[in-house]
Amino acid sequence: MNIQVSARQAASPVLRVQGLSKQFEMHHLKRTLFAFENIEFDLNAGEFILLKGENGAGKSTLLRTLYRSYLPRAGHVYYHTQEGIIDLATAADVDIAVLRRREIGFVTQFLNARPRVAAEEIVAEPLRLAGTPHSEALAEARRWLDAFGVKKQLWSAYPSTFSGGEQQKVNLARALILPQRLLLLDEPTASLDYSARRALVERLTQLKASGVAMIGVFHHPDDVKALIDRELHLEAIKIEDEQDDVAE
Amino acid sequence: MAALDTTQSAELTRQPPRLMLAEPILTMRGIARIYGNVTALGGVDVTVYPGEVLGIVGESGSGKSTLLRMMNLEDTPDTGIYNLALPGHEGRNLFTLDRFERRMLRAHHIGIVYQNPHLGLLMNHTSSGNVAERLLIAGNRNFAELRERARQSLDASEFPIERMDARPNELSGGMQQRVQLAKAIALEPAILLLDEPTTGLDVSVQALVLDTLKRLQRERSITMVLVSHDLGVIRTMADRVMVMRRGKVVEQGLADQIFQDPQHAYTQQLVHAKL
Amino acid sequence: MKLQELTKPWMAFNYGFLDESAKREIRRRILKAIAVPGYQVPYASREVPIARGWGTGGLQVTLTLLKPTSVVKVIDQGSDDSVNASSIRKFVARVGGAVETEDTMAATIIQSRHRIPEEKLREDQVLVLQVPNPEPLRPVQPDMSVAREMHGDADYGQLWLVLYEQLVKSGRIMQGSSYPSMVNGRHVMTPSPIPRWDVPKLNQADHLTILSAGREKRIFAVPPYTRVEPLVFDDVPYRVEDHQDKTCYRSDVTGFFMNELPQEDGSSQYELSDSHFGVKHIRKLEAEAVEIGETWYKNGRMD
Repeated sequence: MNIQVSARQAASPVLRVQGLSKQFEMHHLKRTLFAFENIEFDLNAGEFILLKGENGAGKSTLLRTLYRSYLPRAGHVYYHTQEGIIDLATAADVDIAVLRRREIGFVTQFLNARPRVAAEEIVAEPLRLAGTPHSEALAEARRWLDAFGVKKQLWSAYPSTFSGGEQQKVNLARALILPQRLLLLDEPTASLDYSARRALVERLTQLKASGVAMIGVFHHPDDVKALIDRELHLEAIKIEDEQDDVAE
Repeated sequence: MAALDTTQSAELTRQPPRLMLAEPILTMRGIARIYGNVTALGGVDVTVYPGEVLGIVGESGSGKSTLLRMMNLEDTPDTGIYNLALPGHEGRNLFTLDRFERRMLRAHHIGIVYQNPHLGLLMNHTSSGNVAERLLIAGNRNFAELRERARQSLDASEFPIERMDARPNELSGGMQQRVQLAKAIALEPAILLLDEPTTGLDVSVQALVLDTLKRLQRERSITMVLVSHDLGVIRTMADRVMVMRRGKVVEQGLADQIFQDPQHAYTQQLVHAKL
Repeated sequence: MKLQELTKPWMAFNYGFLDESAKREIRRRILKAIAVPGYQVPYASREVPIARGWGTGGLQVTLTLLKPTSVVKVIDQGSDDSVNASSIRKFVARVGGAVETEDTMAATIIQSRHRIPEEKLREDQVLVLQVPNPEPLRPVQPDMSVAREMHGDADYGQLWLVLYEQLVKSGRIMQGSSYPSMVNGRHVMTPSPIPRWDVPKLNQADHLTILSAGREKRIFAVPPYTRVEPLVFDDVPYRVEDHQDKTCYRSDVTGFFMNELPQEDGSSQYELSDSHFGVKHIRKLEAEAVEIGETWYKNGRMD
């Protein structure tokens, strides 16, 4: 997908989060777990926001809520797509599914390894699904596997047999091969060696330059120093059932 | 708790504003069947979008298999409408179709894989014959073509071709399911229905069959409705999930959301017990 | 005391042996069968003085159609002089006063076990075929009720599969007789155990064919000018028995359905199955005035 950032689009943010709150109702324990309250921020095309905070502060939870793996309790997540503005917080599942396929990516350290599919096929798949001919997609996939430092012998092997680090590289290559409009990154560099982290940062820099909006949590924040436009600090809610104000 | 049940369910299954990014291929509204005091199905709505896998999960008595049979037009509810976005059938409530029309629609547009291979296969004919029968019903009368297309379908289902003329009762459970699958996809139906397709198979075989299903679904963008009581199966296959209990839908949502952030007490119970 | 005093006074049988209500029912069943070509109509099969399995169904139809002006031919595997055919013919003549004949051209009713004569039948003739098993689906679906539903749904896929599997296993269709055939584009029937050679004769024929199973209690029919199409794949043409070049050793006739007579030295002699057809040719050779009718097959082929 070619991301054209028009002047009009550049003016309005890709993502506008308002009053976003998340809590978990554990019915059987009869407990409520508060994750975050009243998060507000804008994210523009080509911007990079780093999420910061202690462990348990809700960084990962926030990303998952933006991606709709978690349902927010309140608030809005206005997303600017070609059909108009949509509130991801309340949008229909099917629309979210389409957006995820088309333009919103979630990058974690965990690969959904499918048995008996070669690494290069896994990486090539997003391109193929977007209409690129198989041979071209495969060539591009190999380029990225190489860039992330995956050994050539492994390209036609099954990732389910790889080490954690190798799987992660395959994961990243696949997640980033097709430019998205919005990227949510949840500790993508965990368990990566230094050169792979550098390859990742390079790719992110490329994507940023072409207008991709990014927000993420990083195990080694120094890696992405040059990319950061803003930081968002989350504080852990220390006492359950009490509402603390968090976010900037 | 019962009151909480209904409000919660209503909240969790409401229809939010749509951006209309995709049009449904299957729509069911108000599907109900009541026997005296027993609510087999109590006003169920289902929507399925092209190319997606809808997983319907529930325990026995939830009504999920009944609902699937109704999708296959094998069964008719007391009330409710059923639409498929097919040329010639737009806007038609398919429950009004007569026996012959149902058979024809099923033959051409719906594929089904049953838990019990005896329901889905002709045991006294060969495996390739089973697949060929689908093509014959659709009017294909060319022997060479029947043979070739049957072979292709079996191959796509990762069924060993050298056994394509074996009878299903000579085959293992996993292979029987592959023949059912080959039969179901032979005519490239609009939707593929699967009723506990791997239940009863050895665990290792289950994984292989699911793998084939997953691969096939991604390659061909087959629209699927998969019914299972097994959360692991649903998790592997589904894009969206509907959770059913005693004839009602208690929650539905994207698969990752249902598993990572279940809202309803019953869903939480299911998810946390199994995973 | 004499036997005559103990028994009731002799009374003649009803015309045509069967009582009028039986004939009425069978007549109505025949009409229904004609109205829905190829559809098996159940009927109350009566007792007649031959055992079940020997042509009781055919006989009941013949007796129902019988008129004093009827001219009746009865054949068994093509032959008029088999014991069974002769017995039936004489019985029919006796209870109906009808004229017996061996000449296909002269007959108005032809009752036959397992063959259709070679001379073309006309609009004024009725062919009655004896049927052992009227249900073409029986090999794939022994349950009668399910088979009925399948006919209702026109669900004949499994019949096609039988042929498909014959092709896969043996490279060719092995169905020798009773070749399943689609009648009027709607019902599949078994044409009775006539050879493949004879089935094409039923297609768009001038004459009416009634098929009757006495033991199984079913009547079905092919009206004149009705399609009868053997189930055939587009790319595997219908093949009849390889008799186009065979010559009858008695009548010297070539290109008609033959009986094969194995010889002691391992070779085979061939003899016309339609025996009277052979007889006519022999008489012709002996310079008798004999009329041989137009045949369906010409030069061993039927178009």
